[in-house]
Amino acid sequence: MSETPSVELRNVTRDFRRRRTSLTSPAPVVRAVDDVSLTVARGERIGIVGESGSGKSTLLRLICGLDRPTSGEVYVEGRPVHDQPPWRLGWLRATLQLVFQDPMSSLDPRMRVRDIVAEPLVAQGRRSGNRERVVELLERVGLSAEAADRYPHQFSGGQRQRISVARALAPDPDILVADEPVSALDVSVRAQVLNLIDEVVEGFDLTLVFVSHDLSVVRHVCDRVAVMRRGQLVEVAPTEQLFAAPEHPYTRSLLAAVPDLQQALAGRTAEDLAAGVARRER
Amino acid sequence: MAAAPAAAPAVDRTVLRVDGLSVGTRHTGLLHDVSFQICRGERVGLIGESGSGKSLTALAVMGLLPEGLAATGDVRLSARTPATRNLLDLPERDLARLRGDGLSMVFQEPMTALNPTMRVGDQVAEVMLIHRTQPSRGAVRRRVVELLEQVDLPDPAHLARSYPHELSGGQRQRVVLAIALANDPALLICDEPTTALDVTVQATVLDLVVRGVEERDAAMLFITHDLGVVATVCERVLVMYGGRIVEAGPVQDVFGDPRHRYTQGLVAASDLTGAEGRRERAALPTIPGSVPPAGRFPDGCVFRTRCTHADEVCRTQPPWVPRGEHPAGETAYGHACVHPAGGYGDE
Ligand SMILES: Nc1ncnc2c1ncn2[C@@H]1O[C@H](COP(=O)(O)OP(=O)(O)OP(=O)(O)O)[C@@H](O)[C@H]1O
Ligand SMILES: Nc1ncnc2c1ncn2[C@@H]1O[C@H](COP(=O)(O)OP(=O)(O)O)[C@@H](O)[C@H]1O
Ligand code: SF4
Ligand SMILES: [Mg+2]
Ligand SMILES: [Mg+2]
Repeated sequence: MSETPSVELRNVTRDFRRRRTSLTSPAPVVRAVDDVSLTVARGERIGIVGESGSGKSTLLRLICGLDRPTSGEVYVEGRPVHDQPPWRLGWLRATLQLVFQDPMSSLDPRMRVRDIVAEPLVAQGRRSGNRERVVELLERVGLSAEAADRYPHQFSGGQRQRISVARALAPDPDILVADEPVSALDVSVRAQVLNLIDEVVEGFDLTLVFVSHDLSVVRHVCDRVAVMRRGQLVEVAPTEQLFAAPEHPYTRSLLAAVPDLQQALAGRTAEDLAAGVARRER
Repeated sequence: MAAAPAAAPAVDRTVLRVDGLSVGTRHTGLLHDVSFQICRGERVGLIGESGSGKSLTALAVMGLLPEGLAATGDVRLSARTPATRNLLDLPERDLARLRGDGLSMVFQEPMTALNPTMRVGDQVAEVMLIHRTQPSRGAVRRRVVELLEQVDLPDPAHLARSYPHELSGGQRQRVVLAIALANDPALLICDEPTTALDVTVQATVLDLVVRGVEERDAAMLFITHDLGVVATVCERVLVMYGGRIVEAGPVQDVFGDPRHRYTQGLVAASDLTGAEGRRERAALPTIPGSVPPAGRFPDGCVFRTRCTHADEVCRTQPPWVPRGEHPAGETAYGHACVHPAGGYGDE
């Protein structure tokens, strides 16, 4: 297995300096990502799971070159990302694309769907054939060609997420990075969007990095799951193993917190859910 | 454990009685003939996809419908002695007196309910001062700390002095819950109170909500699109689509053995586990299509444009079919589908 990994993180740390809360004490430092090492193989689907504030989005920003680590190294397709200024990362936009949680705020309301989807192509300087490509992409994600002339607000949440996926696929990337792509969606739409992600990852042979606070969502889509807590990876395991035999107590508490329908019907109460969540400080 | 319908109660324990509630703009009907009751101590879920009419139902009951929407029908808070008049006919002054007292609500986004420029302790105190439910200012102050403690906030006396932006999303929602419970309401309405929270915080907030209403023997209407949450928190559920209640009953029966095809679709789409303990590469079950915009639902069965079992018969409004007896009346347990799931020879 000497193939270059899709994504490689080596001892990555990211500190943020918070605003000072008092004149006497020094500005507090938040270690959002703490010494994270992780290798994602080509074609692998990895889930990153953790509570709000655990550092998931910060980690993604580092992988995408949208932010730089305080220390450590980030490689995508074997090429360094951590020490490059944004203007040297054009190649990264072609190989790695993003889908975000809130399809409303990530889609420019003043742009037509056609231009939204073509945006990554235009950014690459591609001028011709974009019209055809947009139609092809829209149809690929289950929208009709006429969607191209409409605006984002004319679509439902699930349809907007399809538009985001179409845009991400436009430059024919190798890696798809998704930050909570279904957290804002209804159960039925959630299943549709998860199926779509599954389908395009399979169909285009993509590597998938999928962030969620809900382990049950990751379960269907990912081969392997990394559990993040206070900036650190506390457990990384193949999905089935993680669900069957979670090792870290934090993983167990995340699993216990999911209000699963079948377990609820079998009698699990809100009190049981809360009891499973480790008592947290603060 | 199937919920055994109890014998008719000797005393009327009904807290909320909604009868033939319809809501619409001048041109478009949004809710149609919604009827249900909730008894003292009962926790009832209201589920359905986004755009089904859940929030409008809650707002109509609270008398908080936005400008341009009008409601007809009958909504009564019978926990009051004497029972209220139809809330839909009540002048805003009288409604305001009920809100935060007999009737209170928790919304999805805690910031909409909190004043960003006011200390949270003062906000909890305010609702008691307005309704004069405590004998003195000192009593109010003590009660504030007690309430914040009840919703499991650490160091409540200190926390009471914080402003909302200094708290996490989960802490803010607890403050909102403390405000909602401050005057021991007869009815608590929660509209997606944990949808913006992550799973671990959600677990603790759900526990607090249940404890809060249990301690007060209050009635609760709990709105969410997450079936797992409803099954965890509620004993009974109303399924809404296209502004109509299409199925209702004990959670065990409605989710364990649904009748309406819409409920059946929701239950199937909720299950992300696939086969026992293994990720299925096979596609997850979904409901075809999407929720139409307001006013574009079909007549007849509202679900028929997305239903794989629809036929000619479904073009006329299916009658309500009671499924069993229930203390909260015939609207509490039944469905409106002419080709229901779950019978012999189904599928
Ligand atoms: N630009 C920034 N300046 C200061 N602190 C930051 C910044 N970005 C993130 N943080 C802090 O870093 C930590 C991790 O944040 P991050 O957004 O990565 O969490 P997350 O796991 O994605 O959470 P969520 O589930 O809420 O999206 C948090 O404590 C956050 O407040
Ligand atoms: N003020 C309004 N004017 C017109 N239509 C509205 C208004 N508020 C809500 N609606 C429509 O009523 C339907 C039900 O909305 P809502 O009760 O918010 O659904 P839910 O809470 O189930 O997601 C939707 O189609 C929505 O667009
Ligand atoms: S009444 Fe007809 S259209 Fe409606 S859910 Fe039943 S089978 Fe489907
Ligand atoms: Mg995030
Ligand atoms: Mg709503």
